[in-house]
Amino acid sequence: MTFTLKINGTDHQADVDDDTPLLWVLRDVLGMTGTKFGCGMALCGACTVHLDGNPIRSCITPVSIVGKSAITTIEAIGETAAGQKIQKAWLDLEVVQCGYCQSGQIMSATALLASNAHPSDSDIDAAMSGNICRCGTYGRIRAAIKHAAQQLTDAN
Amino acid sequence: MLIDQLAGNGGNNESSSRLSRRTFIKAGAAAGGGLLLSFTLAQPAAAETVGEFAPDAFIRIDNDGKIALIVCQVEMGQGTYTSMPMLIAEELEAPLNQVHVEHAPPDNKLYANPLIGFQVTGGSTSVRGFWKPLREAGATARTMLVTAAAQSWGADPATCRAEAGQVIHTPSGRKLDYGDLAAEAAKLPVPAQVALKDPKDFKLIGTPAKRLDTPPKVNGTAKYGIDTRVPGMKIATVMACPVFGGKLGSVDESKAKAVNGVRQIVRLDNAVAVVADHMGAAKKGLAALVLTWDEGLNAKLTTRDIADQLDKATQMPGVVAARAGDVDKAIASAAKTVEAVYREPLLAHTTMEPINCTVHVRKDGCDIWVGSQVLARAQATAAAVTGLPLDKIVVHNHLLGGGFGRRLEVDFVTQAVRIAQQVDGPVKVVWTREEDIHHDIYRPYYLSRLRAGLEASGAPVAFHHRVGGPSILSRWAPPAFRNGIDIDIVDGASGPYAFPNVLVDYVRQEPPPGLVVGWWRGVGVTHNAFIVEGFVDELAATAGKDPVAYRRALLDKAPRARAVLDLAAEKADWGKVLPPRSGRGVALVFGFGTYIAQIAEVAVEKDGSVKIKRVVCAVDCGEVVNPDTVKAQIEGGIIYGATAALYGEITIENGRVQQNNFDSYQALRMNEAPVIEVYLIKNHEAPGGMGEPGTPPAAPAIINAIFAATGKRLRKLPIDSDALKLS
Repeated sequence: MTFTLKINGTDHQADVDDDTPLLWVLRDVLGMTGTKFGCGMALCGACTVHLDGNPIRSCITPVSIVGKSAITTIEAIGETAAGQKIQKAWLDLEVVQCGYCQSGQIMSATALLASNAHPSDSDIDAAMSGNICRCGTYGRIRAAIKHAAQQLTDAN
Repeated sequence: MLIDQLAGNGGNNESSSRLSRRTFIKAGAAAGGGLLLSFTLAQPAAAETVGEFAPDAFIRIDNDGKIALIVCQVEMGQGTYTSMPMLIAEELEAPLNQVHVEHAPPDNKLYANPLIGFQVTGGSTSVRGFWKPLREAGATARTMLVTAAAQSWGADPATCRAEAGQVIHTPSGRKLDYGDLAAEAAKLPVPAQVALKDPKDFKLIGTPAKRLDTPPKVNGTAKYGIDTRVPGMKIATVMACPVFGGKLGSVDESKAKAVNGVRQIVRLDNAVAVVADHMGAAKKGLAALVLTWDEGLNAKLTTRDIADQLDKATQMPGVVAARAGDVDKAIASAAKTVEAVYREPLLAHTTMEPINCTVHVRKDGCDIWVGSQVLARAQATAAAVTGLPLDKIVVHNHLLGGGFGRRLEVDFVTQAVRIAQQVDGPVKVVWTREEDIHHDIYRPYYLSRLRAGLEASGAPVAFHHRVGGPSILSRWAPPAFRNGIDIDIVDGASGPYAFPNVLVDYVRQEPPPGLVVGWWRGVGVTHNAFIVEGFVDELAATAGKDPVAYRRALLDKAPRARAVLDLAAEKADWGKVLPPRSGRGVALVFGFGTYIAQIAEVAVEKDGSVKIKRVVCAVDCGEVVNPDTVKAQIEGGIIYGATAALYGEITIENGRVQQNNFDSYQALRMNEAPVIEVYLIKNHEAPGGMGEPGTPPAAPAIINAIFAATGKRLRKLPIDSDALKLS
């Protein structure tokens, strides 16, 4: 059936089965390949997008439950204050190696920062431990989140 | 060193400079009328290609002053898309913000890795292999641009200098941009010799350059192989026989065909693929297939069979790989002897980007979109499968979402081409994570037997390491497997130490046909570091000596190894008291031309779980190109090694891998990641490799820290928490 999805502020239509994971609608049907496939079981976080600002794993989210909720993906996260700071911190601190997991990392980190202006180490552990990075960039991700938090505080 | 032997270079650090003297450079007009430079490297192993020039290039400067640097070493996170351009730009005198980087196409003649002999990104060879050739390419272009400018001014070239993409006439201050000089420079003869900079004059090399590949990786615009989209493309997912070496039996496709979006079911000898409009439909279709398999000879195979075979095979002596003195005699007269057996499991790679390859097979040609560490091999397998000539196979390279050795293989390219042969139009074949874990080219199962003899003082007089396992090299680079010796499997088998009597022998034991094993980050050095550094720690404990001091006493002839050991010990507060059930462990490794010492600090909980709290690492990799990238590679290498130490194990029952996804094949996560500190020793020694050296010391440093914390010596990976429980 045809679904109308509000993605990054624009309506998109997709004609797929109602149990189709949102990930494949984004990547394969709509061609928004910034959101990544990693495991298909919500184990690695590579597919993280925001649903009304909350981080979700799009690989296990059926398109039918999205409804009228606003979907934000990596392609548009830089348009949010927290997302812009997170992206900049990722570059300032040279977090990225292969980069494949970083869309998901940035989406999780942005959701954390948007809801928690001063995340502690344990807040970071709680928000980020669902995102696997096989290049092992965890230390830099932690530092970059703190750096972005400071930048956001300074800007406000 | 392994790679030097692969190229027949005799195993010293001068190999790259000896090769580069045979570097041929040619200039010609670029398509846009600018200067184009390319070079080929004369390969000892392929002398017939000497002097042959191809139209590809490493440097292209057009009339608009755009500087394109073509990078033949692929980017999989290790920073080669920045370090390779830095080498060229340093000598070219072009700021990195004025250049753009392009992927090189497959071409074994133009882009052969000087240390391996064909086009490959692996073995931590990019900076080591291209250190001099790429600087020479940059210096040659610079020299020609300076000459062109001097001629246009009627000036002596010696009065002109290159700086920031311009040539400047020093006395008059006149300037010309490279773009304005490109057409004239292209007409000049290529100088036979060019002067390379003195390292003290480096402006880029050794400075923390911002990576060139990362901005698109933070906004979703970076394109990996899996992001390929071409008109008319379908998406397929595949399932190979779950039993290694088995074949496809019957396929009932009626339910799969009824799935909305499923277009076609493709049968291969040993696999079935579902072709669909999107991956969701393909996966749903695959799940709806009713399949039978011809499980073949491995239907009852277990990991225990592999372990038992290796256990038995290594009871007998192997082929001697290294010998000094008389180990048997020295052990017979030693005050104490120590013996141990070490085991390492099969490992998967689990690159974050699942295995994928997009292929369009036509009657007259074939296009492949993929991220590969071996582009020319990807091209060659497609030619072999389709019967098309090599020049009709176009490979479009992409960023790699992790390599770690997995993408040194082209099994998935071969498979995707076979699928595409049955599909009308382009098809992207994407493996599920389960398929990736069930059908990896695994790091082998290894077993080592060690013996040592100690003097009354505790100092080792003899060291015998019998290495057992398959030979990856005999499959992956057959000419390098000579006289029964796999130079990778014994790489680092006696560590960086000077033992008075040494014996390393190799017992080759291949897994059953169908189970294919291959390279994994750190290759032979990672495999041996766990064994050697664990065993040397045992010797220190037997001798009642401090593990750092014990190693140090064996390093009189290895000052660089001693220096990294000392630095790591100092920075890690070695010797400072820790709480009960906490400990520090050290590991020292030489590999890939790099010296590295790590000290891990762990806490072992009552339930036996191990928390890696901190890892301190000291590195001497000689000349450093991009210091922040070096640190990043060490950080990542430690996490990769620690992940394997804590969790990494592929097991087989009934011929099938028992792990499925990141729940049963775990990766270290943010909440488990240790604090990592990296310290670099600065010098002007030949550059060492950096993609891999961070990984080998991680597991032994952790194991040795566990011994310090608990007194329990673990000789098998992964860590068995049950053995560490407080009763």
